[in-house]
Amino acid sequence: MASLKELKNRIASVRSTQKITKAMQMVAAAKLRRAQDAAVASRPYTERMGRVINNLARGVAGREGVSPLLGGTGRDQVHLLVVATAERGLCGGFNSSIARLTREHIERLKREGKTVKILCVGRKGRDALKRLYGNLIIDTIEHNNVRNIGFANAAAVGDRVLAMYEAGEFDVCTLFFSRFRSVILQIPTAAQLIPIDLSTVAGDGADTGGAAYEYEPDEAEILADLLPRNVSVQIFGALLENAASEQGARMSAMDNATRNAGDMIQKLNLTYNRTRQASITKELIEIISGAEAL
Amino acid sequence: MADRLTFELVSPERLLLSAQVDMVVVPGTEGEFGVLAGHAPLVSTLRPGVISVHDEKAIQRIFVRGGFAEVTPDGLTVLAEEAIDLATLDTAALNARIKDAEEDVADAKSEIARASAQAQLDGLRAVRESL
Repeated sequence: MASLKELKNRIASVRSTQKITKAMQMVAAAKLRRAQDAAVASRPYTERMGRVINNLARGVAGREGVSPLLGGTGRDQVHLLVVATAERGLCGGFNSSIARLTREHIERLKREGKTVKILCVGRKGRDALKRLYGNLIIDTIEHNNVRNIGFANAAAVGDRVLAMYEAGEFDVCTLFFSRFRSVILQIPTAAQLIPIDLSTVAGDGADTGGAAYEYEPDEAEILADLLPRNVSVQIFGALLENAASEQGARMSAMDNATRNAGDMIQKLNLTYNRTRQASITKELIEIISGAEAL
Repeated sequence: MADRLTFELVSPERLLLSAQVDMVVVPGTEGEFGVLAGHAPLVSTLRPGVISVHDEKAIQRIFVRGGFAEVTPDGLTVLAEEAIDLATLDTAALNARIKDAEEDVADAKSEIARASAQAQLDGLRAVRESL
């Protein structure tokens, strides 16, 4: 049986842990709100971009010399996986669920005999994949000291991916991130970035399908201008979803931790009181039997 | 009073402006064009330049960089990677930012950082020229 002093220390330490987790939960809740607002605010851009690209892509489909961003390189041998995760831990299963999805994907590609390259965005993703696929990771882009993800951050990642594509370093690019559904549900998602998968681009173009657009300059040139932009926009959207998911996951993880700490304090208090009573009873018995012996 | 044009200016980060206006002049890649209500459907890319939003007698001038404009029967939508309202911009602050950006380019350690700093700088210089 632990001594009273030990128990007291234990209770104090669990209590301070609980304070920390409680504070982290509240911070995450505040950040979540902001991250969610940012994700919602970015939607109009993504949607309109998707709609226009969809319209254009339909127009040029099947024509010769379409951008390789749309039609692909004609091969699918080398796959680049962009894995977007958080910079910090302590957010429940957030990072590990993205890493798991990536791992499954890598294994499948390997079975098919493809070459895999990994570009990590976020430190935790690299940490999770380093042990198994350290030799496949070509680089890690960290947003460690970025407070709010801005479009410039996403554009930097996008430019990097595009430069590699132009250099012929890969044929297919897939982006891994976590889609934010709610505080308790984030869905790890794989989205194909290059060549563009039109079925996943927002907007089906049905509402404007009837209107005949004038294009200035012509369709192919606009498309050539928009497709690289779209890569950055998609990455930006994913990073924002990720930020919201991370905070959501952290919030519920910390809520759990706070509750568990509460349970633990209760149990320890019970043991503490029992031990205290037992020692008092013991002392009384000793005094009484001592007095009787006289 | 003629029909009013629904104009929306959207950046990746948020919806910047959504209003009913008289006319908008957009800096297209192949020249500036004015959009009034009832314009034919059009898609055009943008060059860095200034959008003039004409409303009643007031003219709001907004610098935009990178993106495209889409005219539908419902109105005009401009998608810009960067948009700065010229009225809220003062020259001293702009020059300070350009100086910062120049230092960023010089200090950049990796190629990616340099490229993004350079893009930032080019954008800022274009703003200064359009003043």
